[in-house]
Amino acid sequence: MSQVCDYRKLDEILEKHRYDSASIIAILQETQEEYHYLPREAFDYYAQKLKMPIAKVFSIATFYENFSLEPKGKYVIKVCDGTACHVRKSIPVLERLRKELGLSEGKVTTDDQLFTVEIVSCLGACGLAPAITVNEKVIGLLTPDKAAEILAELKEGESHAKA
Amino acid sequence: MQKLKSQQELQAKSLFYKETLAKQKVKILVCAGTACVASGALAIYDTFLKLLQEKDIDCQLTLDDEKEKESIGLKRSGCHGFCEMGPLVRIEPWGYLYVKVKPEDCEEIVDVTVLGGRCLDRLTYQTEGKAYKTQEDIPFYKRQHRLVLQNCGHIDANSLDEYLAFGGYRTLEKALFEMTPEDVLKEMDIANLRGRGGGGFPTARKWRQVRRQTAEKKYVVCNGDEGDPGAFMDRSIMESDPHRLLEGMMLAAYAVGSDEGYIYVRAEYPLAVTRLNRAIKQAEEMGILGDNILGTDFSFKIHINRGAGAFVCGEGSALTASIEGKRGFPRVKPPRTVEQGLFDKPTVLNNVETFANVPMIIEKGGQWFRSIGTDNSPGTKAFALTGNIANTGLIEVPMGITLREIIYDIGGGMRGGAEFKAVQIGGPSGGCLTREHLDLPLDFDNLQSAGAMIGSGGLVVMDEHTCMVEVARFFMGFTQNESCGKCIPCREGTKRMLEILERIVAGQGELADMDLLLELADTVSSAALCGLGKTAPSPILSTIKYFRDEYEAHIVDKKCPTKNCQKLKMIVIDPQLCKGCSKCTRVCPVSAISGKIKDPYVIDQTKCIKCGACIETCPFGAIKED
Repeated sequence: MSQVCDYRKLDEILEKHRYDSASIIAILQETQEEYHYLPREAFDYYAQKLKMPIAKVFSIATFYENFSLEPKGKYVIKVCDGTACHVRKSIPVLERLRKELGLSEGKVTTDDQLFTVEIVSCLGACGLAPAITVNEKVIGLLTPDKAAEILAELKEGESHAKA
Repeated sequence: MQKLKSQQELQAKSLFYKETLAKQKVKILVCAGTACVASGALAIYDTFLKLLQEKDIDCQLTLDDEKEKESIGLKRSGCHGFCEMGPLVRIEPWGYLYVKVKPEDCEEIVDVTVLGGRCLDRLTYQTEGKAYKTQEDIPFYKRQHRLVLQNCGHIDANSLDEYLAFGGYRTLEKALFEMTPEDVLKEMDIANLRGRGGGGFPTARKWRQVRRQTAEKKYVVCNGDEGDPGAFMDRSIMESDPHRLLEGMMLAAYAVGSDEGYIYVRAEYPLAVTRLNRAIKQAEEMGILGDNILGTDFSFKIHINRGAGAFVCGEGSALTASIEGKRGFPRVKPPRTVEQGLFDKPTVLNNVETFANVPMIIEKGGQWFRSIGTDNSPGTKAFALTGNIANTGLIEVPMGITLREIIYDIGGGMRGGAEFKAVQIGGPSGGCLTREHLDLPLDFDNLQSAGAMIGSGGLVVMDEHTCMVEVARFFMGFTQNESCGKCIPCREGTKRMLEILERIVAGQGELADMDLLLELADTVSSAALCGLGKTAPSPILSTIKYFRDEYEAHIVDKKCPTKNCQKLKMIVIDPQLCKGCSKCTRVCPVSAISGKIKDPYVIDQTKCIKCGACIETCPFGAIKED
């Protein structure tokens, strides 16, 4: 087994939900909060501990859009393309972010694992359309230039952290 | 904390908090809804706190620390709904509302307003040369009728104490000690509250059906999976006044005989989850939730379930499946949710706004409720007003109000003075309303006959620059993506409809496509399993009905009248202006531009990808979109 998963952490999550298979969604959510994605080993482990078929665990993880089977970047940027954001030009913001990071519809995470750019249908921050979230933080009233500035700031923060 | 064990104890506690609150002669309310937080509201709160401490001003953060003399209250309130103008700060008792406040403004606010009692004019809301000092004077608020959102922005969203001080849980107390469950149901019957989640089903009828079931275990479930893009009413209620929602659910539980409830909240609303969890914990600690509430036989507990990103889970049977830890698939009905809902038990399932209406109905009576709104749709409705409109935000208006009043009186008209074109009501399941509907009184039945629906209450206003075919494509893209795939009409039908719309916006449509769209729409809406599929064609039907000419322009003339559709754009070089400098040829990524130096250049339309790089480069402004 690889070193990705700390089984004690998984046990903790299971414990919290009293090994109840009805809580599988919450269990996977908490796992994802820990690892920013769902590591492969977690599926085997949960299936075994919760006494449910592994296919069932996969069926949940693949049905709900929030779950990711691929590692995500350190900064997950969600671009809102809800109706309000859409009519206030969210797509140019998305395109700019993708262009700056060299990402596309098929490639959502940068090679250095720093950034992931995703589209969400509505963040409910329509009053500030167009809006994005960087991890949990909502940033509103965006323009493509402002989006590029945000990226530049994040990148600069990273290079400082390294130095 | 000591749990409250009787009616008297709760009354005494409420009175204590009420008196403490009355001692706060000045209250500073910093809006801490999602939008204002995004605009920097938390820094404002911190600055105020620091300033008050530095200036050694006695301030009170919670009602628990008892004060002998008058003090100043500083709190994080819920959403005022005027999100565009955030961060918002409201100062009571004067009701001054300051907009777009920055941390550097705080000191002046403290000196001039908090200590001096004067209004700081430069921070007030101004429009058309007029400044509005108080919140109540601002046109955006003046025409509203805030009942469900009454507390939003006026009370501390994190405090049970404050909710009690404002008379919270008084209705629960009244129900538990002075009313039978039947009395509660009767009051709900009279009120004729219709479900605010979209369908408009009478709430009392639903509750009676659950009450009639013989099963011992019954559930009360709150649908907070507000997935319609462009809607955020429920988010605001959960964030700003979470106890009101809990109280509404408890009244439902008491009426139908349930002891356990769930709130299913969208994954995109983390702040709502935090506030609800805190509210539940506070209520449990005070003995308002849990076993033997206030010393009675009534017990009720509430769990929070977070959604994981599936729009279909807003559908009743899909939502309960998701709570059970399954894929969020809707199922065939009957049996209905009231008979076999969550864990196959009879279940009351209402949305957030519906539950939030209940406490005031029980408090003031069904007759009072009926005096607001229209005959068949009593009460108010919260709408999220967004899009190309001057004032975006959350509003609450009596049912029966016209679109014109909402858009022009409350919304302040179109943004940037453009022409009104249409408003999409009810999200991807709803339809669009046009100029001819501006004076239609909005209620459940009128909207249905106009081919739209109230839905959960998103109102996206669109101006003349919006392409309606593209709007239809946008919504179809959304529903197609969110279709769960269980039934074929929805899974395949939405896909095919989307393909046709994509063809049309790309200029490859044929006239027969419109008939095909209408035929598919009819099949999907009559054969799909759940509401998602049944209503998915609505945006197509209403845009074809009201904007057929735009479809025809895309199909026949291969032109987008509003110049939105990228693929129908044509980029041309004006030979009069072109000096033949060849700059554009160097930036064109597909080598579509050719010509001879000092002669006008031309663009090969078969190669051009309409990226617009040449337009930006041309020093003579000779390249334009046609």
